[in-house]
Parts: sequence; structure tokens; C-alpha cells
Amino acid sequence: MTVETSLPVLTPQDFASDQDVRWCPGCGDYSILAQMKKVLPSLGVPPEKMVFVSGIGCSSRFPYYMNTYGIHGIHGRAPAIATGLKCARPDLTVWVVTGDGDGLSIGGNHLMHAIRRNLDLNIVMFNNRIYGLTKGQYSPTSPLGKVTKSTPMGSIDNPLSALSLAIGCEATFVARSIDVNIKHLAATLRRAAEHRGTSFVEVYQNCNVFNDGAYDYATDRETKADAVVDLEHGKPLVFGKGRDKGIRLHGLTPEVVQLGNGVAEDDLLFHDERAAEPTTAYLLSRMRYPEFPEPIGVFRAVDRPKYDEMLNAQVDEARRTRGEGDLETLFAAGDTWDVE
Amino acid sequence: MSTITPDTPSPNTATPDTPSRPVTELSDATVRFCGDSGDGMQLAGTQLTNTSALLGNDVATFPDFPAEIRAPRGTKAGVSGFQVHFAGKDIFTPGDQVDALVAMNPAALATNVGDLVPGGILVVDRDEFDDKNLKPAGYSTNPLDDGSLAKYRLFPIDMTQLTRRAVDELDLGTKESDRCRNFFAMGLVFWLYDRPLDPTLRYIEAKFSKKPQVAEANRRALKAGFNYGETTEAFGGKYHVSKAALPKGRYRNIMGNEALAYGLIAAAKQSGCSLFLATYPITPASDILHELSRHKNFGVKTFQAEDEIAAITAAIGASFGGAMGVTTSSGPGIALKQEGLGLAVMTELPLIVVNVQRGGPSTGLPTKTEQADLLQALYGRNGECPVPIVAARGPADCFEVAQVAWRIAVRYMTPVMILSDGYIANGSEPWLMPDVASLPKIEVRHPAAEEYNGHAGGRPFLPYERDERLARPWAIPGTAGLMHRIGGLEKQDVTGNVNYEPENHEHMVHQRAKKVAGIARELPPQEVDGPDAGRVLVLSWGGTYGACATAVQECRAAGGSVAHAHLRHLNPLPADLGDILKRYERVLIPELNLGQLRLIIRGTYLVDAIGLNKVQGRPFHVSEVAAKINELLST
Repeated sequence: MTVETSLPVLTPQDFASDQDVRWCPGCGDYSILAQMKKVLPSLGVPPEKMVFVSGIGCSSRFPYYMNTYGIHGIHGRAPAIATGLKCARPDLTVWVVTGDGDGLSIGGNHLMHAIRRNLDLNIVMFNNRIYGLTKGQYSPTSPLGKVTKSTPMGSIDNPLSALSLAIGCEATFVARSIDVNIKHLAATLRRAAEHRGTSFVEVYQNCNVFNDGAYDYATDRETKADAVVDLEHGKPLVFGKGRDKGIRLHGLTPEVVQLGNGVAEDDLLFHDERAAEPTTAYLLSRMRYPEFPEPIGVFRAVDRPKYDEMLNAQVDEARRTRGEGDLETLFAAGDTWDVE
Repeated sequence: MSTITPDTPSPNTATPDTPSRPVTELSDATVRFCGDSGDGMQLAGTQLTNTSALLGNDVATFPDFPAEIRAPRGTKAGVSGFQVHFAGKDIFTPGDQVDALVAMNPAALATNVGDLVPGGILVVDRDEFDDKNLKPAGYSTNPLDDGSLAKYRLFPIDMTQLTRRAVDELDLGTKESDRCRNFFAMGLVFWLYDRPLDPTLRYIEAKFSKKPQVAEANRRALKAGFNYGETTEAFGGKYHVSKAALPKGRYRNIMGNEALAYGLIAAAKQSGCSLFLATYPITPASDILHELSRHKNFGVKTFQAEDEIAAITAAIGASFGGAMGVTTSSGPGIALKQEGLGLAVMTELPLIVVNVQRGGPSTGLPTKTEQADLLQALYGRNGECPVPIVAARGPADCFEVAQVAWRIAVRYMTPVMILSDGYIANGSEPWLMPDVASLPKIEVRHPAAEEYNGHAGGRPFLPYERDERLARPWAIPGTAGLMHRIGGLEKQDVTGNVNYEPENHEHMVHQRAKKVAGIARELPPQEVDGPDAGRVLVLSWGGTYGACATAVQECRAAGGSVAHAHLRHLNPLPADLGDILKRYERVLIPELNLGQLRLIIRGTYLVDAIGLNKVQGRPFHVSEVAAKINELLST
């Protein structure tokens, strides 16, 4: 007799909940949901060991559509909810789904602290550069001059780079992908899931109702080759339709160079996602179209101690060295006296 | 740990063999140490407290200190005080007035002498009464010389000089020597009230084990103070307060925040949940974090979050995972947590939110007490958002209240707010240590997959299916087959799916309200101290217990028809409270706010309750409550 030991084979359908998906038709969120469901079955983690945590916004409806455990929290607080959950239950795989408003504006503080603590969380931030659920106000990533319902004369708020922020918070895993670039997105989500520590993924996501075309430059067949550079560990930063351009470092300043005429691939910046110092990753996160192609892929993937592990290690150590807590001993610590 | 029996005179190696002065027996005494916030007055008070408790006295304390860690020296703003009431009888308050005041400088004298009884003992450090210090204290002439203190028994002592001389051989700097002044003052007070030095000597030994020179200096200063009382003729005699007839058992002294931390640990243990405290430092609640962070061997996890909001939401995350989620704060922090608390109400997760109240609004009086957050606890959130509220009545009571709160939280799947206050948190009293074996279990149930679909006799798992108490199941991640999503959007009854239908919303609002109101069915009957019916009922809650209980007992002893009901449960209120209120001609509600419980009582029961309200950042005096009772009895 043989004992069946293999895990049941899971399919994307196993991760789909029974709820109707209520994003606007054509929303980039559908693609992210599809890629997530495609990636999850292969992680070797059963759905009941997974929790999706979100805040408020279009992206934050995500947990309702996953047949896992889930909390749709309050605006901006998903990283904090996830932190408590992961500390209490280190055995769970915890995903945080957030947006540019939820994660960078109202929840900026929590995002920053979750990242610096490096809990084993996977944070996916859908960046559509607009407030969708509240119907079209500018967000912390909207470009200067952006005309929205709340900025009829154009935005005067300097936009924030999500990845610069994450790198500034000493993130151990930082990546970017694009909603319609489905193979790249799936691969990026998988890398994020496999990373031990906080992984932060920014997904360029099109809001076809309130900010349609915000990423046309990065997705349009005509322009994307010049607008995007794919980061691959150990490889030079080459881009362009004919793969004829590259990024070269001039001191600490990146520059776009034409290959040929004495400029070889060896002269270019070679991507090192494992660099101990985040300096180069930060430079990459600053690159903005049209001055530069915008990098996608894994910017940084390094190891650093994880808060949840250390927290639980301290508890284990206290138990080992002092023994399991005993109430009688606790109460009687210090001076006591008897009344007969 | 060391256990001493007060019956056996403890060998006091420090007491020299000199003829003792006459000893006067007192039923109780109240002593206050006051000085600059760096003078070690809190330590002096704590040592007197512990020593008195070990002697078998009942004790009640009132530490009172400024919000500034070190305000400019010698100013009134920087005065820190610690009042200890020790008695040979059962007491409930730290005392209205002090029998003996130790003032380390003019500012301390100026701010505290008003509380000294006429004829009371006034010990001051004469060395500090120079022009430099008199001016910031507001004195134009030296009160030690101008006759303004004539109604007290004034003992100006060159405490600084005497302390320096006592530690002279140890070659400490002047600053270090002067730091020992509080031990000199302690020694003197210990002599005056016939207390042994041993507990304090043990404390010095333990605390300064790595600084033997400092330990020795403190020992010498302590003994010098004691010997000063013994050898000088200044004091006519000393006083003795016998042990109190407390209920049998083993005691220790405990502070409110400490008792609350112990109660939370006990609740976790008794429920089999692991305690997860997420909090943000705030006065006067931080000591709960400090205490809990020391007990990781109970499986306690403490998380100092980036802010108050992160703290409560992290605790909610932990509760979702099956842990005992706890967050602690004070008024301003609670204001920030309210949205999170609403999420816990909507998701119907068990959670404990502790509010150690302080003077408000805004930053208010961080180190002073007040009970002005009752309405915030009840109504501080958007929407119809009921939260059960339990309030501790004193330091030791915090232990039980924490367990009561967690039992409600898990039984009804609801966040529960515990109200404490600065007075309770930092005050201390003897605690009759519980028999651990008889602590009540707290039953927690996480449904298993086997009870549901896919298993024989199973049914579908419905996250908002309610039991007879209207509680939903606490299914936790990791359980196969019970995957579900919860959140802040309105839920469909039973299924828990997002739902915006008008009738469903109204039904759910009622369900949540009924669930919390239903807790009243399981509350014990309201205790009333005194006659079942009569002229006046004093109705109180929280930290005013001691003053109200004492005042009522005093008035009744004088023949007044007055009873006392003290509420532990503020939401829901006890089921029999309405009937009780109607049995008295008048209901008096003393509160350290402008009448918050009174508003609730009047609104709920249409009882024309009368308020006694004080918002000075200080607790009630017994005399204030008694005067109001007598006024009501006589009109």
C-alpha cells in the first residue's frame, strides 16, 4: 500500500471566491487578480494558510475575490493589520494589497514602518496615479500639473516615487511591473512571494475611467521599448526597439547612451539586485520617462533579519531560559506578607 | 521574593540601641513627600508604601508628578509628590489631607502645604530655603522665619548638610551626595512612624548591586535620617500604626497598571490564547507595555507600533489570527483608535482596548487623573457602534477587570473597552493574591473544518451565523474549508458578504446593538452597600470608588440614610440598575468630569440624578463627597 503524500494539485480556480468581481470593465485590476491566481497554486501553500489584507480603495477590494482568508481593513492601515497578524501567526503567508492613495497617502506611515521592520509580508501596490473609488482626485503619484476634479488648474503636489520611498525604508525586496505585461507581472509576483522578508511590488495599473492612458508610454507597442528597461540580475541595462540603447553610470548619475561608436554593453550599468548598499537601486527608482526609460523588474532583493522571526525568537528564548510562565511565580515576585 | 510576617519584629540592624521616645498609637496616618521632580520623591513614597504594606497596614497611595521629566529646578512646575495613607483599618483612599509633609524645597512647600492638617508635622530641608530658591517658589520672605507656618509643627532640618556629612567618607561629588537626600528623608519618616528599614535596605541592595558606592551612600543617608529622629530631641515622640484586619491570605502591594498587566496575562492563560499587545507609548498607560514586555515566557508578544492607529489595527490583525489582541492607551490615543475600534465592531472580533484616562481635552494634563472619556468610549465612533465598557475601581481591581473584559470579548465576539485612569494606574494598594488554581477558565472556541461542508453531517460555513448570544464564529486562518473575508463594509446577515441593502443594514445595526445589550443578562446583580431604599444613593464608577465608599460609610455612621452603588459595567449597564435607582429619593453621581454618567443615567432611566463634578486633575477628597451627601440629606 502506498501512502499518498503529495499535496493536492491546486488551480487558479481554487483561489477564486464566489463573489462577483465589481471593478469597472477594463480595469487593470482584473489582470493583477488573474496573475495572482495563476501564481498562488504553485507556491506550495494551501489557500487556508494564506491571508490577503487590504485597506480602502479599488485595489483593496482584492481580498473579497480570493478564496483565502482575508481582511478588508480601513484606509491605509493594511500593513499594520498584516503586521499584527504575521507577528501572531508566523505560519501564515500574508499578502497586503494597497494602492497609491491607500499606501502612500493615508497609510504612508504604516507602509514605511512595515518595510523597515522587514516582516515576512508581500505588499503589492497598484499604482494608477489617481483616486478611483472617490471618483477622480489626484493622488500622491499624480504628476505635477495633472488636472483632476480636485485640481482643476493642475496639481501642485510634487509626486512621490513609491520605490524610492521603499528603498529609503531599507526595503529588502523592491520590484515594479505593469498590469498588462502579464508574464512579467506573474514572474514578479512569484519572486515577491518567494522572498523572505517584506517584498514591495509596485504595479503600474491603468484606471480606464479616471486616468485612462496614464501608462500608455510604457505599454504602447510604439513607445514601450524606449520607455521601459527590463532589469535582470547580472545583466547590463539595455533597452530600445533594436536593443541599441543602454544606461551608463557617470559617477552617481545615470545617462542614456547609444550603443556602438565605441560604447559597448560592458560599459553599461550591470544590474545587481543583491547589492548590499541600496544606492544603485535608488538611482534606478528615480529614473522617469521621458528623460529615462522606467525600470521594471526586481530592483533589490537582499536578506535582512525579519521582525516577526525575531519577535517569536525572543518569546522562545524567554521560555527556554526562564521556563513556561507560571502565574503563581509571577504574582509572588517581590515582597509578600501573610495575614492570618 | 521574601515573605515576612508582620507579627515577628524584623531584626533592624540599623536601629541603634538608644532610649526610644514615647510612642503614640494612631489608627491611620497620611504622609506626603514632595520635592523637585529629580529629588526621588516617587521612590521615597514607594518605599514607605511597601514597608507599611509589609507591616500589615492597609495602604493607599497617590503619586502626583509633573508631565515634564525635569522641569527647571526649584520651580513650582517641577514639584513631584507622593502621598501614602497607611492604616490599621480598611481604607479606600490615599487621604484627603496629610498628617505629615516632607518638603524638600520652597516650591514643594508652597504647592503642598495647603493640604497639611493644622497641627500637622512639617519637615523641610532648611538648606534649600535660600534666596535662590525662595523666589521661584513665590516667597518674598522666608516662610521658615516669618511665622506664616505657625499653625504647623515645623521641623526645619539641615537635610542637605546632614546627608553630605553622612556620605562624606565615600568621596562622592556634591551632586551625587545630594542625590541621597531622599533616603535621609525616608529614614526620618521611618523613625517617626516606627517603620523598619529592612525592606528599603533590601531594595538598595538589589537596585544598586552594580554601584556599591551609591548603595553604601544611600544606606548611610537612610540610617542617618533614622538616627536623626532617634537621637535629636526635636520630635517629642514617634507614632505607631498597627496592622489592619485584612481578610486572610497572602498579600503583596500592587499598582494599577501592574495589576492590569497581570490580569491580561491571566486572561490569556485562562483562555489558552496568546497575548499580543500592540501599543504606542503614552502617559499614563506605558507601564502596561513595560510590564507585559517583561513576561515573554508566558508567550506574551509586545509590539511597539509606529502610532496609535497601527497599534489597534495590528491588535485586530492578531485577533483575526486567533490571538488575544490588546491595545492600550490614554484619551488622545483612544481618539485616534476609534476608527479601528469601529472596524473591530464591524468585523466582530474579540479585542481589548485599555484607556488609562488622563486630563483632557487634547494633550491636556498628561500626568493627572480624570474620568472624562466615558462618552468617548460610548459614542466616540461613527455610526451606531456599540462597545462594551468595563471600568476598574482601584489598583487591585484592574486584575479582575482585565479577565472580565476578555471573557466578554470572546463570548460575544466584540471589542471591549477597559477604563482605568491615572489615579488607579499609578496608585497602589495591598492585593490579596488569588489562588491561581481557582481562577475561572475563559472558554474560547475556534470552529473546526469537520463541523462544516464536505464532512459527514456538515453544513456550509457562514461567518456571520450567530449563536444564542448573537456571537459569530471565531474561525481562524489555517483552518481548511473555513476561508472567509471580513471587513469594514456592511455585512449581509449570516453570510457576511458585502451588502448595501437598506433592510439588511438596519437589521445588522440592531443585531450589533442587541448583542452588546444582551451582555447584561449575564452580569451579576448590582451590589449596593447600605440600605435597600432610602434618602440618597451615591452612584459612582471608576477611580472614585474609594472616596465615594468612604464618604458613604462616614455619612451612614453619622446616621444618614445613604447607600452606595459602584458600577463596574458601563455598557451595558446592569439589568437591575433602573429598579435600584428608583428606590432612593435622590441619586448623587460624583464624577471627575462634567456629568457624563449622569447624562447616561438621566437619558436611560429618566432619573433626575444630581451631579458632584470636579475636573482639577485630582481625585475627590472624601470630605467633598461627604459634604454633598450631607447637603442632600439635609435638604
